[in-house]
This record gives sequence, C-alpha cells and structure tokens, in this order.
Amino acid sequence: MPPLVNEEQCVGCGICIEICPLDVLKRENDKTIVKYPEECWHCRACVMDCPRQAITIRYPLSHMMLHMDAPNVQRGNEQ
Amino acid sequence: MKLQLRQEVIKADFLVIGGGISGLQAGITAAKAGMNTLILEKANTKRSGNGCGGNDHFLCYISEYHGTDFEEIMKEVMDTLVGSNQDANLFRIMLERSYDMIQKWESYGIQMRPTGTWNFEGHAMPGRRKYHLKYDGANQKACLTQEAKKAGAQIMNKVIVNEVLVNAEGRFVGAIGINIREEIPEVVIFQAKAGLIAVGEAMRMYPGNNPAYIFNTSHCPANTGSGAAMALRAGARLVNLDLPSRHAGPKYFTRSGKGTWIGALTDIHGELIGPFIEDIHVSRELPDPTADVWKDCFVKMMESGKGPVYMNCTGISEEDQQHMRKALVSEGCTSINEYLDQYHIDLRKTMIEFGQYEHMFYMNGIDINQDAMSSIPGLYASGQSVGNVRGDITAAAVFGDLAAEKAAAYIRTVDDYDITTLPIIQEKIHLYQHLMRVEPGANWKEANTTLQKIMEEYVGTKVRSESLLTAGRKYICDLRGYAEEKLQADNSHELMRCLEVLDLLDLAEACAVSALERKESRGAYHRRSDYPFTNPLLNNKFQTITLSEQGLTTEFRNRIK
Repeated sequence: MPPLVNEEQCVGCGICIEICPLDVLKRENDKTIVKYPEECWHCRACVMDCPRQAITIRYPLSHMMLHMDAPNVQRGNEQ
Repeated sequence: MKLQLRQEVIKADFLVIGGGISGLQAGITAAKAGMNTLILEKANTKRSGNGCGGNDHFLCYISEYHGTDFEEIMKEVMDTLVGSNQDANLFRIMLERSYDMIQKWESYGIQMRPTGTWNFEGHAMPGRRKYHLKYDGANQKACLTQEAKKAGAQIMNKVIVNEVLVNAEGRFVGAIGINIREEIPEVVIFQAKAGLIAVGEAMRMYPGNNPAYIFNTSHCPANTGSGAAMALRAGARLVNLDLPSRHAGPKYFTRSGKGTWIGALTDIHGELIGPFIEDIHVSRELPDPTADVWKDCFVKMMESGKGPVYMNCTGISEEDQQHMRKALVSEGCTSINEYLDQYHIDLRKTMIEFGQYEHMFYMNGIDINQDAMSSIPGLYASGQSVGNVRGDITAAAVFGDLAAEKAAAYIRTVDDYDITTLPIIQEKIHLYQHLMRVEPGANWKEANTTLQKIMEEYVGTKVRSESLLTAGRKYICDLRGYAEEKLQADNSHELMRCLEVLDLLDLAEACAVSALERKESRGAYHRRSDYPFTNPLLNNKFQTITLSEQGLTTEFRNRIK
C-alpha cells in the first residue's frame, strides 16, 4: 500500500486527492483513502504537499533497489 | 446511465492538451499574446507528469559561457550525446531559443542558477564543453502554473482528452474531453481555432523491470501515448515509431534521472566498464558518461554474463555525495533518497545495480515542422508527443513557447467552426457509454498487461523479423477488438484507464507496422534478424506513418539537415 494516510493527522483538506498525478487517492465516507495503491508512482507529491505531514510512503518489495558492497571502498577511502 | 454529457460546448482560441512543462509554457505565451487560452490536464498542473517533482538538467547554449561560435556548439551537441533521430532545423531552434527560455523561467521564480552561477554538470564528455545547465526544478510546476494563471490562461484540471476534432477541410477545430473529477464521468466538448498536443510519451507499453507492478516506470505512468494516438486517429503524420530508445537507472526501483547520479559504472569487482574516465574518483563536473554513449551497456553486460553493472559512487568526495542527494531532490527523485534512507543504504560504501528500462516512445511520435505544427493545420505538438525532436525539458518549453507564438498568428487566418455536428462526437460517446455499461466485463489491466507481453515478444527491442512483427500486429489488432468489446469501467477513473489502453493499442499497431517496413537493422534496438545489416541508403531517413481510409501507410522522408 504505497501511500499511508495517518487518519489522526489528516484533516480532509483534499490536497493529496487533487494533486496526485495518478488519481490514486479518494475521499470516501469522510476518510481519505488510498483507492488504487498499485497505481502509485512513488513521486511523493502527496507527502510533499500535505500540510499536516499525514502521509508516508511504504515502498513495496517489488521496488527493491539491488545493491552490493563495493569491493574498492578501501582504495576509495585512501585517496 | 453512468455517463454525463455537458450540454454547453466550451470555446477557446487555443486549446492546450496537457499541462506539463510544454503545455504550461505554451499557455503562458499564448495568454500573453492575447489568445483566449484553455489548458486541459488529466491530473493537476501543479504536480502532474514527468516534471511533477522536478528536473535538474536544461540543455542550452549560453554565449557568455559557451562562447560566441554557435555553429561549433551546434555541431558538438549534435555529434555527441543527444543528436540522434532529430531534425537538425528543430534542434537548432531549440538551442537558439534556450537562453531566452532560461531567462523567462528565472523570471517565473524557477532556480536556474541555484549555485549563483551558470553551472553545468553531467551528460558530458571529457574534453568537450558542457551544455546541460544544472538547475533546481523542484518547484517548476507550481511556478509555471502560477505564471500561466497570472497571464490569464484558464486551466481545467482532471480532464482527459481522448480525441482531437478535425473538420471536413482537414483542419483542427476542437477536442473531446472527459471530466474525471467525480465518480461519474462527464463528457465535455471543446471548440477551438488552434490546438496543441503537449502530453507525455507512452509508458506502460512494454513490461517494466518488475512486471508485477506496472506503474513502476521510469517516467510518469499516467503518460500513455495518448497525444500521438489521437493525432494518428485524426490523420496526423507520426514519425520514428520504428526506432526505440531505452533509458536506464536503478534496477527494479525504476526511476529516470541517470544523469543526476555522480559515479562510475563498474562491474561487481569494481572495474570500470567504459573507457571515458580513469578511475572511480569522478566528480560532479564529469561523472562517467559511458551509459550516455553505450546506450545498451546494461543489456549487453548481462547478456554476455559480465554483468551486473553498478552505479559506483564510492569514489566521489563527501561534498559530491551531499550535492548528489540534493540534486536528486531537484530532479524530482525524492523517493530514491527516501528509499536509500529507509533501507540504510550508504552510497559511500554500497554500489547500486543499474538496469535498462523498456522502450517508452521517447522521440517517437508526431512529426512537426519548424512552426511546431503537425501535418494537420492548426494542430501543434510539443514535448514528449513529438517524434522528430527530443522532448526533454528545453525542447518541451521551447516548442510549447514557439507553438503558442505561431498559433497566435494562425488563429487570425481561420473562422470559428461549429463542431457540434461532427459525427465522431457521437461515435466516441457511444464508446464511452459502452465502456461504462452496467454488465460486468474485462478490467483494463487485462488488456494492458497482455499488450505489454505482445510488444515485448513480437515488437521487441531484442529481435525483430517479418514473421514476429506480422504476428505481433495481428495480435495487437485482435486484442484491440476484444478490448473495445469487453472492457468495462465502473467509474471515471477506470474509464480513463480503459481509454489509455485503447490509445496504447493504436500506437502499438503503428509501431509494429513501422518496424515491419524498416527492412534493415539500426541502432541498438531495431534489430531485424531477416535484415541483419544497416542499410546506408536509409541513413538520415526518417519513416513516417499516417492513418487514412486506406489504413496505415508508411513513407521514408529525409532527415532535415
């Protein structure tokens, strides 16, 4: 569920719903809901524009950033 | 009926389809030129599309920095990183007007000199001048939106455009839009003297690095080739659909912005894969340009078993580490920063594997002339919808600006045309009503993912041939037939997604036909097993494609010098 809306913090201003480029968030039954979580692009527009800091992003495991300890770190640090 | 129709036709002089960099710039210039200007945007112009979080490279020519020999710069830029598949006359216009655009953007409040001086970084070759101005675009969409409103342009957010209207004389006269703000979609008809298609490229055409999550794309997945698709349906000429290009970046965490990373490309042992730098101790001024030159290095290294390839930032200075993280914010990649922090990945010690992203119709689209006009009089195009000049930030802004200037003169030559009787309007309303029917049907994702498989396997970027492409075209057409009949949407959001898939299908067929007709191999990704050579007679030849009563027809034209 990419964006997570903290219900306690959310005041229902609707900014996130308005600005989401993917139309992921909706207002239903007096709550801001993440209606289409699998359509999130993780652009963080909702996080950046929320006046109450009520939204966080959980990155799905499908977005795993593959990484490896660098073998040349030692050499890099020396110079 | 789950579909509403707005009775009143909305009229404007200049209709801008898409509120990205290009559309907003066009809106500003058009409104300042005195045109009644209306910008239509499927999301909200403050945060929509590829530029939603920002960008950080602005290709340009600034005489006080580069020197006064414009021709030399022009040749240098065309020869190196970004010159391919473009008409040189358009590229020249882009470069000539780039400084003027930078000054305009500064006046809108966009940070073009965040360090206080003209600062050029990235996408550069050793020993050559640099021409990618490093700017901070984090607030660019908000600034452009504010400026467009200030200039007097109207903006309608949450309106998708599905068709451009052309009258019997063959000139642009309006568009069909759908307001998706409420659960029940509302069809809105627009009448205008001139129009601009300024929407994005075609994401979601090919499978992503992780097929389980189809919105995990390098550019904004709201962009589904709708501009090129509706232009094609209206009779406009498209170009270069046969020549794919592919971006690269962090593997599985798909995000463009490769040029923002400061590092060296190395293998698992930390050995450089390219010849352009001496060791991993690169700097912000000249990071490893290997992937800009060797476009398919990630694919080739994996296929040969020499992969994986890593973005190795462990040799850069601490100042450059901090600088890169800030630049990722300017580029709109705050999610990369957040992910690295959440997973405690330290770029001082850890290499990030990079991979090649799938083809997404970047420089494959509408064929425009030196006035940014398509082959349909009154219909202009700019940004990622265009096929014969790159659609990145500078070109998006410059050709939006140019289109608006030219449209201001064009509209004085045409009269209002009453669009209400055009038969296409009723045809499209029937389609929307059918998609919004109550009986259950197919979900748009079924069609989207199947199209991605067909494109990967039959119109792919690894191998192409007459038999594969012929079968691919047949399957695309079959799928489109099934989709038109069986797709069903419950609300305006799903209707938007269904129409996006239908646009992708139209563009996919034109792509298959173009690939079939380019009977040679060219570049890294148009590899015909039945024509394994590059035919010199086709050097500097662009292939165009047009839809008419005779169906799709292709033609080769000379690349404009």
